[in-house]
Amino acid sequence: MKDHFDPSPKVGDRVAKTTCYMCACRCGIDVHLKADAEGVERVAYIEGNRDHPVNKGVLCAKGASGIMQHNAPSRLRAPLRRTGPRGSGQFEEITWEEAYETARAILAPIRETDPSKLAFFTGRDQSQSFTSWWAQAFGTPNYAAHGGFCSVNMAAAGIYTVGGAFWEFGSPDWEKTKLFLLFGCAEDHDSNPIKMGLGRLKERGARVVGINPIRTGYNAVADDWYGVTPGTDGLLILSLVHCLLKAGQLDLRYLAEFSDAPVLIDARPGATHGLPLKDDDGHALVWCRKEQRPRCYDAEDVEPDLNGAWAQDGVTHRTVFHAIAHRYLDGAYAPEAVAERVGISARRIRALAGEIARVAFEESWEEPIAWTDFRGRRHETMTARPVAMHAMRGISAHANGFQTCRAIHLLQTLIGSVEAPGGFRFKPPYPKPATAHPKPHCKVTPGAPLDGPHLGFVHGPDDLCLRDDGTPARIDKAFSWDNPMSAHGLMHMVISNAHAGDPYEIDTLFLYMANMAWNSSMNTTGTMAMLTDQRDDGSYVIPNVIYADAYSSEMVAYADLVLPDTTYLERHDCISLLDRPICEPEAAADAIRHPVVAPDRDVVPFQTALLELGARLGLPGMVNDDGSKKYADFADYMVRHERRPGIGPLMGFRGNGEATGRGAPNPDQLNRYIENGAFAVAHVPAEGLYMKPWNKAYQDWAVEIGLYDAPQPFLITLWSEPLRRFQLAAEGHGERQPPDHLRERIKATFDPLPIWYDPMEGHATDPRFTITALTQRPAAMYHSWGTQNAWLRQIHGRNPLYLPTGIWEAQGFREGDWARVTSPHGEIVVPVAHMPGQNDETVWTWNAIGKRKGAWALHENAPEANQGFLLNHLIHELMPPKGDGLRWSNSDPITGQAAWFDLKVAVEKCAPPADLRSTPQFETLDRPVPPGPDVVAWEVKR
Amino acid sequence: MHPAPSVIIFSSLSGAGFGLLVFLGLMPDPPRGWVAFVFFALAYALAVGGLLSATFHLKNKKNAWKAYREWRSSWLSREMWAAIAALLVMAAYAAALVFLDLHLAPLGWIGALLSLAVVFTTSMIYAQLRTVPRWNQRATPALFLTAALAGGALLAGRPVLSLILLVALGILQAVHWTRGDRRFAEVGSTLNTATRLPGMVRQFERPQTGENYLTREMVYQVGRKHAATLRVIAIALMAVIPAILMALYLVTDGAGLHHAMAGVAVLSHLIGVLVSRWLFFAEAEHVVGLYYGAHAGVARAA
Amino acid sequence: MTTLPAPPKVKLGLVIDLDTCVGCHACVTACKGWNTQNYGAPLSDRDAYGEAEGTFLNRVHSYTMQPGSGPAQTVHMPKSCLHCDDAPCVTVCPTGASYKRAEDGIVLVNEDACMGCGLCAWACPYGAREVDELAGVMKKCTLCVDRIYNETLPEIDRQPACVRTCPAGARHYGDLNDPASAVSQLVAARGGVDLMPEQGTKPVNQYLPPRPRDTLGADEDILASFLAPVYEETGAEEATGFLGWLDRALEKV
Repeated sequence: MKDHFDPSPKVGDRVAKTTCYMCACRCGIDVHLKADAEGVERVAYIEGNRDHPVNKGVLCAKGASGIMQHNAPSRLRAPLRRTGPRGSGQFEEITWEEAYETARAILAPIRETDPSKLAFFTGRDQSQSFTSWWAQAFGTPNYAAHGGFCSVNMAAAGIYTVGGAFWEFGSPDWEKTKLFLLFGCAEDHDSNPIKMGLGRLKERGARVVGINPIRTGYNAVADDWYGVTPGTDGLLILSLVHCLLKAGQLDLRYLAEFSDAPVLIDARPGATHGLPLKDDDGHALVWCRKEQRPRCYDAEDVEPDLNGAWAQDGVTHRTVFHAIAHRYLDGAYAPEAVAERVGISARRIRALAGEIARVAFEESWEEPIAWTDFRGRRHETMTARPVAMHAMRGISAHANGFQTCRAIHLLQTLIGSVEAPGGFRFKPPYPKPATAHPKPHCKVTPGAPLDGPHLGFVHGPDDLCLRDDGTPARIDKAFSWDNPMSAHGLMHMVISNAHAGDPYEIDTLFLYMANMAWNSSMNTTGTMAMLTDQRDDGSYVIPNVIYADAYSSEMVAYADLVLPDTTYLERHDCISLLDRPICEPEAAADAIRHPVVAPDRDVVPFQTALLELGARLGLPGMVNDDGSKKYADFADYMVRHERRPGIGPLMGFRGNGEATGRGAPNPDQLNRYIENGAFAVAHVPAEGLYMKPWNKAYQDWAVEIGLYDAPQPFLITLWSEPLRRFQLAAEGHGERQPPDHLRERIKATFDPLPIWYDPMEGHATDPRFTITALTQRPAAMYHSWGTQNAWLRQIHGRNPLYLPTGIWEAQGFREGDWARVTSPHGEIVVPVAHMPGQNDETVWTWNAIGKRKGAWALHENAPEANQGFLLNHLIHELMPPKGDGLRWSNSDPITGQAAWFDLKVAVEKCAPPADLRSTPQFETLDRPVPPGPDVVAWEVKR
Repeated sequence: MHPAPSVIIFSSLSGAGFGLLVFLGLMPDPPRGWVAFVFFALAYALAVGGLLSATFHLKNKKNAWKAYREWRSSWLSREMWAAIAALLVMAAYAAALVFLDLHLAPLGWIGALLSLAVVFTTSMIYAQLRTVPRWNQRATPALFLTAALAGGALLAGRPVLSLILLVALGILQAVHWTRGDRRFAEVGSTLNTATRLPGMVRQFERPQTGENYLTREMVYQVGRKHAATLRVIAIALMAVIPAILMALYLVTDGAGLHHAMAGVAVLSHLIGVLVSRWLFFAEAEHVVGLYYGAHAGVARAA
Repeated sequence: MTTLPAPPKVKLGLVIDLDTCVGCHACVTACKGWNTQNYGAPLSDRDAYGEAEGTFLNRVHSYTMQPGSGPAQTVHMPKSCLHCDDAPCVTVCPTGASYKRAEDGIVLVNEDACMGCGLCAWACPYGAREVDELAGVMKKCTLCVDRIYNETLPEIDRQPACVRTCPAGARHYGDLNDPASAVSQLVAARGGVDLMPEQGTKPVNQYLPPRPRDTLGADEDILASFLAPVYEETGAEEATGFLGWLDRALEKV
């Protein structure tokens, strides 16, 4: 019988290889294109690119639904000018010429008078090295992306401590680890590599331990689940440290050679007390066991003594390790002492510590890789420590996240697993110590660029971004005493600070892909009110709002001028080593996007629009000497721009096309990328695969391809000098002094060794608020600044609040019930469901499912806008008043990371609302795009 | 199972129609001429009307004619064959009675047998499904056949037979319900067998947050109290009331308002059958419901 | 032909590892993407931007499981057609649209013959069949029959879309009738099971159950030996004892 179907259909007419856009993975994709009946090429199928270093062919639910993302009815169609009141969603379509001139007319006078009147913040921007360069050329100090909302605790704690971070910047040694500890909710960044890695662990029978209040996703496949009480991970980790120290289960050689554990700490009272002792060249001093004298840490024949002591001038300087022993052997960290607080029995804590010790030291081996360390010593092997750790948002989004993350790095370092075979591995351009990163810059000169990059790493009070009068130089108060080490800025504070005119008023808020009027701000209702607030004369308190996005998000309605972006299949993009590349532990790699289909709307890729605007403003670097526009578009910039001579946005195919990393711009570069599958790879030499911070072969290779200009070996920094410097200032030392109300907090939290403190303390103002409310991003859902995807929104179209068994049974909840959830900041009424696999003090829901009516081209009956809800109505960027006349920021005191996991609520059963709609509900926005079609049946047919 | 009106109407009406045809085919002295025409018209209206109603259930009617093909394995195909054969044979038989005043008795017997076969094949479409344990019992064909015959007897004006059949129908219906309530547990499908996971297994999340074809079509759940009330109504209207009316008719020897009484009996019976058939679907638990967090109660109530 | 063929020599199917599936739904949308473009009518979504109800051939269920002791567990369970040996969905079909292939055991629907009666979906215990309301025909997993034999695809890609995309590697495809095949060996090694065996469908697709969970510390003594203190616990200045040990230990390094 002849088949009634074609067993060999052609997938498409051609394949375009490009890069996915749905999350920070940035997987390689094969886009199959096919001509339709009119002969127009359309996207027929998207699958993973097998040759790609990130995903090796696999693709997640989001990536595989890219067609629906690309064809979404919510795509903006032309530049928009607001016609109704702000927040109404009423717009007229205008030409790009009008749009550019409107923007220029707003921005040019700001640049000439006071560039800091512009706040330019980009949300889930994947071109931050470009947008920050633009902002620097404009001259405003007010630039950041959304890292302060999302990840800065992980990034900063990692870079300050071990010279690199978790998330997509590092990775467990999936092929060799035997015990994997996964901390915190972790379902987004690097999601495909993590899933692939978990699969490999499962295949090899390695043990996966999930430490997370909620047992879903990766934690569902964890062999052992530790349902820790939110915010107490740090205490649990330090208890593990206690157990390991007590049992001497430590890699003493690793600690002595590669960490600052043997570094001597200044014991003299005064302005240097507690700082690492250094020689005149600024090299840290260790006690040499062989020579019994202090010596520079990197001398070739130094034998650092973990228990060294240097008696000098009547005091004895002791080692960091000495302090570590004294700190963590304290009975306060014993499993029995912490068990109740962390919600895990002492027996299970000990079991985990014992397993870490067993695997790290009993299942170790010598990896036959000969290498030379930074002291010039030759090693015939590398010692494997097959215990790997990874941590994500669940650690990050607490007010103690920075110190908790440091505690994880302490734990990894004690067992010698950072960069050891089987342990945690960096991906280039990491490792890179904090001292090798730029410092933040904030010097504003009218009509001129800023004096340097906005964001960076401070090393003490001298590096803060303060004005001469001591007030914050940045609108978000990043790098101020409120949060000195805020390496990513504080996007979540911009609107409230701008509204309050604190530290100063601004003229224009320019946002890209940041849904601040909905789920990307701490408190949604408050943010909407601030954006629409008017002065007595009827003008808006924030005078101008310019917004760029590809889709009709909630935020669009709050803009005065909207610049419509393209979808990810219609533009050039650059996943750059200058930014957040796609490297793997064994290779440096970067990638591009290129237009695989032409836009059918009057839209312009945002980066290209920004270059045009830059040229019209005459920004340096964007115009030629004769004032003409320098770059035709973003693709032109990707190829021709040079950050340093020979170093550009793209690493591959430079010079004559054969150079990697360093080389002159190559006009054919993008074609070479496209031919190569839209990425370039440079493999780490075999000798440099592990022990990278200290490995000469790796360091030399990194210099060769331009990651560094000189080798950057460093010691793991268990004792943080910057933290101690801020502490010293709080103790009264030094010129720059914190305001008095912050002194005690800085003294308490800026401990140079990892500590744990209760991040929720200030939230439970009322004894009713005992339950922690969390959100997780479902693996199959977008950041909401993508769009609502016709396929994916069926999987998560509404979200219940998940209750643990204790609350469920105590209040007699049943299927279909609703609850009133209150916090010090608000109240929501939402549907609930039972979830037995979660910590008993915790409730949670999926993140960003709730949408506002009228947004995203959704219909009136869309469940997202009726039953779906956000927890943001219960969160606030400020803590509840505690009666001292001050409003404290709801953030990590060190980094300013928004602490949206420190949400304490009360849950009480209530009658289902008559209309079965969650509350609060908001007015329906006018749509700048027509509502989506009733039926979707996607098939490209000739 | 979703109680789709098209299928409920089909099985109720066509059951009665074919039941009437059985009696018309077996009567030793069937009506003729205009009276025959009225009887046959009624029977055909019910049977064909029911069949037409059933086609509303089809999502792709243009291919319905292809259902003749798979009679070797498919009860639905066999039903189609039986229905066409029964209607054709009875048409010839009826034509002879109406137009020729001719009683072709053997043709009537064959037609009656085929009409019974239609009802039987219809019932087997449901009874064969292991996935719907409530249907998957021997009482299902018995119930369908008895209901058809009782309806046919009522319509054919056979009070004695009606009374016997209505009593039998009531008993069978009760048996079907009682056995049906136990069937799910007997079949043994539970969320544990569905997932092969041990311990107390519960649904955490559906594969999609809204509905899908399966949840609308097969994961229909009717409230237990509601169902109990409807059962009383169904058995009362379908069997008890018409049986009492028939008994009264017989006791009073046809005195008084017997035509009206017969009419009430028929109407009551048909409405009762409709309610019973609604329950037949609405109460039927498809094992796929287990995957969607339904039927945990019936699965355990062994 | 809706009578079942003689037992096929090759039984192609999936092995799904519940120990590894993280419930990411990648297989769901990869399947949707391939099958809306290929094999028969597209997989429609009605009220796509409202209540939204679409046709999917593969869906991921999520369950919690409370064992006798220890914390509750979460299990993600992808489910599509299991291509049963005794496929009840095939024999009930009146038109011959639904059939099982003699050559490889794949169960398919010929949409040109389907009248959309839905009886096959009723006959399936697993919920593997969904009527597409727009096209009016029954849709089901084809095991990507138009990929696995697709001569326009490179050899390595001749596998179902769900298997190719699965990031965790929780899905495996092969001949379950061949005891030497990788999938058969996986089933043997991990104790693969049939879903709803009591339904008598003899599914080809196999599920690998989750491995035992939360066993850490079950053998307390072994792990405790790794945590024996290296110094005498005095209760007071513990660090002093520890640093004494440290000095001794450093001598040995």
